[in-house]
Amino acid sequence: MKQTFELTVNGERRQVDAEDQSTLLHVLREGLGLKGSRFGCGVGQCGACVVLLDGRPAPSCDVPMWSAVGRDVTTVEGLADGDVLHPVQQAVLDEQAAQCGYCVSGILVSAAALLAENPHPDESTVAAALDRHLCRCGAQRRIVRAVVRAGARGAGRR
Amino acid sequence: MSTGSPDPAPTAGPALPRGLVANPRLSRWVSVGRDGTVTVRVGKVELGQGILTALAQIAADELDVDLPAIRMQAASTAEGPDEGLTAGSLSVADSGAAVRQVCAEVRALFVAEAARTLAADPADVTVSGGVASTPGGSRRVSYAELADRIDLEREVDGSVRAKAIPESRLVGTSVPRLDLPDKITGRPRFIQDLTLPGQLSGRVVRPPSPAATLTGVDTAVVDALPGVVSVLRDGDFLGVVAQDEETAERAAAVLAGTARWHEEPTLPDEDDLPRFLRDGPAESFVVAEPDPSGVPDRAVRRIRASYSRPFLAHASMAPSCGAARWDGEGVSVWSHSQGIHALQRAIALALGSDIDQVGVRHVESAGSYGHNGADDAAFDAVLLARTVPGRPVHVRWSRRDELTWAPFGSAMVADVEAGVDATGAVLTWSYDVWSQGHTARPGYAGSPGLLGAAHQDRSRPVPPPADPPVLAGGGITRNASPIYTFPHRRIQGHRLLRTPVRSSSLRSLGAFTNVFAVESFMDELALAAGQDPVAYRLAQLADPRAREVLSTAAELGRWDRRGTEESVGYGIGFARYKDRGAYCAVVAEVEAVHEVRVRRLALVVDVGRVVNPDGVRNQIEGGAVQATSWTLKERVRFDRWRITSADWESYPILRFSEVPQVDVHLIARPDEPSVGAGEAAQGPTAAAIANAVADALSVRVRDLPITTDRIVAALNG
Repeated sequence: MKQTFELTVNGERRQVDAEDQSTLLHVLREGLGLKGSRFGCGVGQCGACVVLLDGRPAPSCDVPMWSAVGRDVTTVEGLADGDVLHPVQQAVLDEQAAQCGYCVSGILVSAAALLAENPHPDESTVAAALDRHLCRCGAQRRIVRAVVRAGARGAGRR
Repeated sequence: MSTGSPDPAPTAGPALPRGLVANPRLSRWVSVGRDGTVTVRVGKVELGQGILTALAQIAADELDVDLPAIRMQAASTAEGPDEGLTAGSLSVADSGAAVRQVCAEVRALFVAEAARTLAADPADVTVSGGVASTPGGSRRVSYAELADRIDLEREVDGSVRAKAIPESRLVGTSVPRLDLPDKITGRPRFIQDLTLPGQLSGRVVRPPSPAATLTGVDTAVVDALPGVVSVLRDGDFLGVVAQDEETAERAAAVLAGTARWHEEPTLPDEDDLPRFLRDGPAESFVVAEPDPSGVPDRAVRRIRASYSRPFLAHASMAPSCGAARWDGEGVSVWSHSQGIHALQRAIALALGSDIDQVGVRHVESAGSYGHNGADDAAFDAVLLARTVPGRPVHVRWSRRDELTWAPFGSAMVADVEAGVDATGAVLTWSYDVWSQGHTARPGYAGSPGLLGAAHQDRSRPVPPPADPPVLAGGGITRNASPIYTFPHRRIQGHRLLRTPVRSSSLRSLGAFTNVFAVESFMDELALAAGQDPVAYRLAQLADPRAREVLSTAAELGRWDRRGTEESVGYGIGFARYKDRGAYCAVVAEVEAVHEVRVRRLALVVDVGRVVNPDGVRNQIEGGAVQATSWTLKERVRFDRWRITSADWESYPILRFSEVPQVDVHLIARPDEPSVGAGEAAQGPTAAAIANAVADALSVRVRDLPITTDRIVAALNG
């Protein structure tokens, strides 16, 4: 049975029709057309679908709609401020810290959350914070460098 | 050939790149718009390796236009050239050479027309930013203005020489990847994001095990579910089409629940793969034989060892995906295949239709490391879309299907024996390697090679995988013959003819195992001779480029620190990929206390002329990290019936906190031809890690992955 859910996505109040058990990822991608959160495994093991739920990273493939009601969701599409990239997005470009880029949406979201909490993380802190994210192309070191670089530029002050 | 074109192939000119022999028409490759944009169509596809950026650099340089003017169009069977597969680290060498020549000839046509327009001598016309001008710049005309007057419906003829290296502006520089801005902002770009007008969602229900056959299913109950558009049972192929993904997924679960299967225990013992591999039946082939008139064998000692690896999964981050739409007799297909033309032919073969009735266009997916499920997913979509003519059907696999049904890289075992002289140098080298074949791509062995087709008709299973020709680098025996100056060598491959586990091409094919075996054994021989492993190799290595790569790696990898720190080991691994590709040497630094931790990998690489240095570094770095994961963690798991490693818990890969520091140094060889970088690092990395573990613990692990259990077993052995 579909019902209407209300939640905030990237700062906007949105109403969506979905089932209780529909996943947040499904609603974001199919209901709201926000394709930036990726499906990787469907059971919260790879991190490709991670979004911020009230500021904390969560795998959206593993979040049923009933538990997302009324909450504040930030996806990779919501990281930039208009045309100005989030510092961690800019740093990933500067470091060319991706190959295929499929895993990078979820990683950027987790990295933004880390930087909000810890504006100047070192490499091992970044690696630990991103440990739930898988990357098959082997871009991890570049990504870690990019997040550290974003911190050094003051990303956490946003 | 069109009239008015310059004389064909000048006698001194090199042969045309092979992509141009097959696709000689300029218009197939390039078109120039009235707005000055240059559309470049290639047969190679973006796999996350950055190939389209590298080819755009080459095109922009050769045409004298700015990079933003170049539009790299996704490969399509309807429009672009057929350049075969995007595989084997050949894209920069092959497609790069073709694009260079095409663009040189297109530029010459524009320059000739500009000269006529400006009443100048073509030799005096220069081009910059897509604008041709006379000396001093007094008269100018742009490509945009000339575009309508240039007829590219003519064949490439080799009459124009591509530019010399010093004239290049972009080639040799680290141009940022053209596709990353979309990817870091989450814009729809991947095939999984595709939304075609009227699109429906399809799901396939696969058998529970490779040999399972369908004995019964209730499709009616699924057909009755709300939102379900069609249910298909075609032989043992089962699938559903629904209004949206969620409904399709639920319906597929119901369908799976009603299906009854007969299963057979056809899989080998996962704990004794070497026995399974050696037991055959196999087809044996000789790659190298000793020269009977050569130096007599005066070996004073013989040393032997065996090395193995398990089956490995591609384990792409994205599950395979495909879309298709039938219009009358024809079908349009969207796929992330590495070979859209081969897929087109295989689909036509499977359908018994004319090749012209099948069109395939490429859409990017997550990183692809060989023949994964892309082609199968495309054919799944073709079969499901046939039930709803006129409507596109988008099919996405589950993680489980991705990890259990996409072809694996074959398990392998190698036996090596060396006869050495009194100094420890190798006189005779004997090598036997057993494996399933390394290619089962669409259309191989006269079969469609598509999972859906094999499930439609179980009497026609996919044939045992074949192997690429030895002259093309081989598969099972790729890099099996060492680069060293051994006087006698006998190299033999054994391809299994009974293949219960589906396998096909995985990045570097047999080279990963062969280099792991050869370079591990070189260390064992050095140890037996009481020599330093680097010095031992250099003493038997003549190729000057190889020597420089190896020596430089020893410096970069701080080889002089070897043996100075407790529980820390240093190991080296080296190879020239496919014996004619990139040279790559790796020094691994590992720490082995409670578990093995790779602290650092130092890689030195010679890929000839470098098109995009950062792109090469990224490929080498990524290849080394992926190989670290293969070496330490990965193993496809199964019981006698089913593949059991079906998620990321049961098929773990390297995590952020486990990834070593990776330093890459490129040796500049601007005068040597460009060769690919994507598959150079894998074998040397595995060997370097194994050798470093042996250095740290004085124990040799010869069976991958190098897990704590394996180390303990070796210590106790």
